[in-house]
Amino acid sequence: MSNSWLFILQVATLTLVLGLIYRPLGDYMARVYTGRKNLALERGFYRLVGVNASSEQTWSVYLRSVLAFSAIGVLLVYLVQRIQEILPYSLGLPPVEQSLAWNTAISFVTNTNWQSYSPELTMGYTVQLVGLAVQNFVSAAVGIAVAIALIRGLAARRSRTIGNFWVDLTRGVVRILLPLSLVAAVVLIIGGVIQNFSGFQHVATLTGGAQSIPGGPVASQEAIKLLGTNGGGFFNVNSAHPFENPNAWTNLFEIVLMLAIPFSLARTFGRMVNDHRQGYAILSVMGIIWIVSASLLTLLESLGNGTASQLAGGAMEGKETRFGIVGSTIFGSTSTLTSTGAVNSMHDSFTSLGGGLAMVNMMLGEVAPGGVGAGIYGILIMAIIAVFVAGLMVGRTPEYLGKKIGAREIKLASLYILTTPTIVLAGTALSFAIPAVRESVVGTSMANSGLHGYSEVLYAFTSAGNNNGSAFAGITANTPWFNTALGVAMLLGRFLPIVFVLALAGSFAAQDKIPTTAGTLPTHRPQFIGLLIGTVVIVSALTYLPVLALGPLAEGLK
Amino acid sequence: MSTTLITPTGTPAASTRKKSSAFSARQLVAGLPGAFRKLDPRLMWRNPVMFVVEVGAALTTVLALAQPFLGESTTSTASPTSLAFIWAIAVWLWLTVLFANMAESVAEGRGKAQAKSLRDSRTSTMANKVTSYDEATDVGAERATIAQVASAELTLGDTVVVSAGEPIPGDGDIIWGIASVDESAITGESAPVVRESGGDRSAVTGGTRVLSDRIVVRITSRPGETFVDRMIKLVEGASRQKTPNEIALNILLASLTIIFVIVVLIINPIADYSHASQSIPVLVALLVCLIPTTIGALLSAIGIAGMDRLVQHNVLAMSGRAVEAAGDVTTLLLDKTGTITYGNRRAAEFAALTGVSMERLATAAATSSLSDPTPEGKSILDLANEQGFAIPSSVEGTVVPFTAQTRMSGVDYADGSQVRKGAGSMVAGWVGSLGSREQQELDEIVTRISEAGGTPLVVAERNAEAAASGGAGQVLGVVYLKDIVKAGLAERFADLRRMGIRTVMITGDNPLTAKAIAAEAGVDDFLAEATPEDKMELIKREQQGGNLVAMTGDGTNDAPALAQADVGVAMNTGTSAAKEAGNMVDLDSDPTKLIDIVAIGKQLLITRGSLTTFSIANDVAKYFAIIPAMFVASYPGLAALNFMHLHSPASAILSAVVFNALIILVLIPLALRGVKYRATSVSSILGRNLWIYGAGGLIAPFIGIKVIDLVISLIPGF
Repeated sequence: MSNSWLFILQVATLTLVLGLIYRPLGDYMARVYTGRKNLALERGFYRLVGVNASSEQTWSVYLRSVLAFSAIGVLLVYLVQRIQEILPYSLGLPPVEQSLAWNTAISFVTNTNWQSYSPELTMGYTVQLVGLAVQNFVSAAVGIAVAIALIRGLAARRSRTIGNFWVDLTRGVVRILLPLSLVAAVVLIIGGVIQNFSGFQHVATLTGGAQSIPGGPVASQEAIKLLGTNGGGFFNVNSAHPFENPNAWTNLFEIVLMLAIPFSLARTFGRMVNDHRQGYAILSVMGIIWIVSASLLTLLESLGNGTASQLAGGAMEGKETRFGIVGSTIFGSTSTLTSTGAVNSMHDSFTSLGGGLAMVNMMLGEVAPGGVGAGIYGILIMAIIAVFVAGLMVGRTPEYLGKKIGAREIKLASLYILTTPTIVLAGTALSFAIPAVRESVVGTSMANSGLHGYSEVLYAFTSAGNNNGSAFAGITANTPWFNTALGVAMLLGRFLPIVFVLALAGSFAAQDKIPTTAGTLPTHRPQFIGLLIGTVVIVSALTYLPVLALGPLAEGLK
Repeated sequence: MSTTLITPTGTPAASTRKKSSAFSARQLVAGLPGAFRKLDPRLMWRNPVMFVVEVGAALTTVLALAQPFLGESTTSTASPTSLAFIWAIAVWLWLTVLFANMAESVAEGRGKAQAKSLRDSRTSTMANKVTSYDEATDVGAERATIAQVASAELTLGDTVVVSAGEPIPGDGDIIWGIASVDESAITGESAPVVRESGGDRSAVTGGTRVLSDRIVVRITSRPGETFVDRMIKLVEGASRQKTPNEIALNILLASLTIIFVIVVLIINPIADYSHASQSIPVLVALLVCLIPTTIGALLSAIGIAGMDRLVQHNVLAMSGRAVEAAGDVTTLLLDKTGTITYGNRRAAEFAALTGVSMERLATAAATSSLSDPTPEGKSILDLANEQGFAIPSSVEGTVVPFTAQTRMSGVDYADGSQVRKGAGSMVAGWVGSLGSREQQELDEIVTRISEAGGTPLVVAERNAEAAASGGAGQVLGVVYLKDIVKAGLAERFADLRRMGIRTVMITGDNPLTAKAIAAEAGVDDFLAEATPEDKMELIKREQQGGNLVAMTGDGTNDAPALAQADVGVAMNTGTSAAKEAGNMVDLDSDPTKLIDIVAIGKQLLITRGSLTTFSIANDVAKYFAIIPAMFVASYPGLAALNFMHLHSPASAILSAVVFNALIILVLIPLALRGVKYRATSVSSILGRNLWIYGAGGLIAPFIGIKVIDLVISLIPGF
């Protein structure tokens, strides 16, 4: 079967499955975050930490809760890594080195899951479960909570509060992520993903060599890794490893897991603002960008370059034959368009333009459909920018869902779109501008010299700044510079936008709703969908074109 | 520059068209000195986008000056560095700044001319200030002590006497007397207007001239804060403050500028690694092309021009905020009388009771109206004549005028017979006894007319004997007085509905009549039997629902509502209380103009939005011109991006910079005139503007840059 038929078939299957999930999951999530009742388990937890579940928080209290919770998370993950030696089930591994521990702690708390290390050789089971897996759940729940807070702000009228972070966090974990990943893990086990505590198995290979094969609780980790758009694999090669992703069917299932919550949150949004058309508009923007990007990547990789790839029917370097071109490109597009960062093929080995496209996916701000929560709040910010310019063009003070976009709102939205590019561009430039750093970057980290080496660095900062977590694997990131700088990039790339989003939520919540009239700019029609896509593309294209020109473009247009 | 405030307005649209086409090269030249003055960095700082351009221009100039001393290449750069190139960039960057300043200067220049003609009207005069008089017995201040003081010394609460031929020395209210006043200095209308004490026409404006009679005026403004002073400040733009949307847009533009500063700053560290580092003039050129200079340059001109457009419609906005709010208005309160209907009603039909001939009713109604000066009275005569009834030209008798108590008018003829016209119940009372059949028939007619939106005028007669003996009279029938809805309003209200604006008619009529007129005029809603308090309630209710309300008013009792409304347009003929309370004054006192004001407010925002879109869309083409030019020397493959086939890196970069500067100049007229606005659905407005300014903004620079490049390629060295 040719690649184009395979692509159509796989995309159609994905569309069908996600289409079936969209409404029930979206509606369910809306109920979870708007319901008044608490489960016994949740009530117990609230009593334990001393939270009054029926009280609501102002945006600043909500924000402080997010930051405090995440700060504690970083400290805990750092700590368990540093004391790994004395923990049970550590497979005899030593404590994780300081700068790597800091990087990893931030990486998992920020939902990035950038891994500067080989997990199976660095982290024992306890660190993986108590430190990393816990963060896989809660960092995802934090993302959704922030998005829900913004949606509440848009839906509210003259309200001082935007919900209760502790309640949103708890419900997200208990009612959404835990049950879903349980189901997903079972499906993965059936599909052939391993789940055990058997440590390293030493085997003699057919050729007479000795090999040690690691086991572990992979399926449970794998489920939340994708469902929470985390991306941190149990094994170094991530979803390319047969124990994580054994065949084409599990591959497709893993793609569904990455997309399920981010897409369905559009439904949740539509439901919570009481206008499903708004949800469908956002879904369309996400869906169109996702399909176009995946098609482009498939096209670029199918064409490949050079005779070798033509013989192989595409650029097969770095791709698993069990997934083929299409299984790899759809997975790669999805992983970079969400904030997952899981890989089932080596992005570093993609064609130059294909690798560039993976970067562009992240540079779009990961909004199609984006990370859990982060995707929907990201696209809502872009919608605010689009509404602002378009609203002026129809002669009204711009408004979105009945909320005026005034000076304060546009300031916050502008700061949001300023943040990530600044982090990515500054990080990349500093890697070359500071002589000592440059020596380390060029000398130690870059596997390739020249354009491709530079692309590896750009990819690393793009991935960290956007909390993606995937990498051009050629880079050796376990150096003091990268561990520190990427740590800072992940931290700022996650929490600065959250500050602006929650401030916006507060400012929208406080506003009254302007009634919709014939003079209101409709934000559910194809016209607006096109405008929003244009805004997303133009804003990122203008920002990143020069740095892309010096890397993937220069390399690809030889 | 022939635009002055003193122009009688024809149709508002026509007068705008005339003025806006008055933009010419002469205006640009006139704006040049101002443009140079505005180069002062302390002034430029207020416009962050253009400030960045100015810094870039200065930097490039310094580099151009230093180049001969530093030698050809201080750094090994991959981009053009010839001295001619650097000078060319520097010159065009300065021109970019100058063009931006020129836009603002030209916009201000129009206001300055208006201010000058206003100042001329403010010539200092001597005022007859009343120093002491007895207000109780000598209201006319006939025996008062009068002192001659300069008009500039008059202050709040002073009393002055103005006689025929004298200019009124300051703003105030007439407290005694009536006079005809020439207000042409303010309104441009040459026909004199009548001003009198008490009521809603008591306000006079300093600088206008009394043509006849003598009035006593109490001054209501402090020196330097008169109406004319405020007008001067407004049209000059001296008191111009940034409006909320302008502030928000400025924030967005500043953010884009910051992003692009970062984008440009990080190029060399990275390019250096690839041995493709750029010279500073090239980086400055890239930066200036990327930041939104087009909209940054024109933003303040658009704002000033918006205010100016209102002035050309003879409307004074007290703040830019009000103009912007006008674009956001969702509810329009319109007074029925004078706005929706002509001020007076006309007789439309005679409805005689059974047994009464039509001729008898028409003759009685018309004859009794012979000496009735009101338009209603005249219209009854007209109707009778039209229908061919013979009406004598004069009859002997005594006129019984209308009073609020009797609510009837009529004539007592010399032969002793009497005729009365008026409200049904009062006339019935006058007639005395009314048969039940007659009563029923009369009620039917009255209800029918009321339901149709008319005013029933019942006509009754009492012959000589009955009048003498106090006997009963006879009801003849009813005259149907009809409100005449102004022509073309229904279409305008339909336009407003498409724009998402709800119209509410305010009237003192009963609900039945109000409903019928509302339906005929095509308004969305009405408020009948409205008192000023009801009006206030309605505004508050609408605002609570998130609506923005606009209204017009002239009376003192309108003042609280005018102040409460988001856009309150006071009529110039109104009281000073009303003018104080509103945030706009209509010098023509034409309440229909509210609709034009809304359109101007919308046009202002649309112009800003469209040029912003255009400015951002332009960046795509500039990237395709500059990026390949910068890196093609190091990476020849990037020539694929140069699909415009620009001549050389130097000519490509310079072309982008030149285009960037010239487009400002090209768009100045559009910024001053405003983007065309038609009252259609939001989607079609957006579609149209996205097409013209979005798609156009993507394509135009490709063509422009290519053409400029063709010209530049002819210059040796490029």
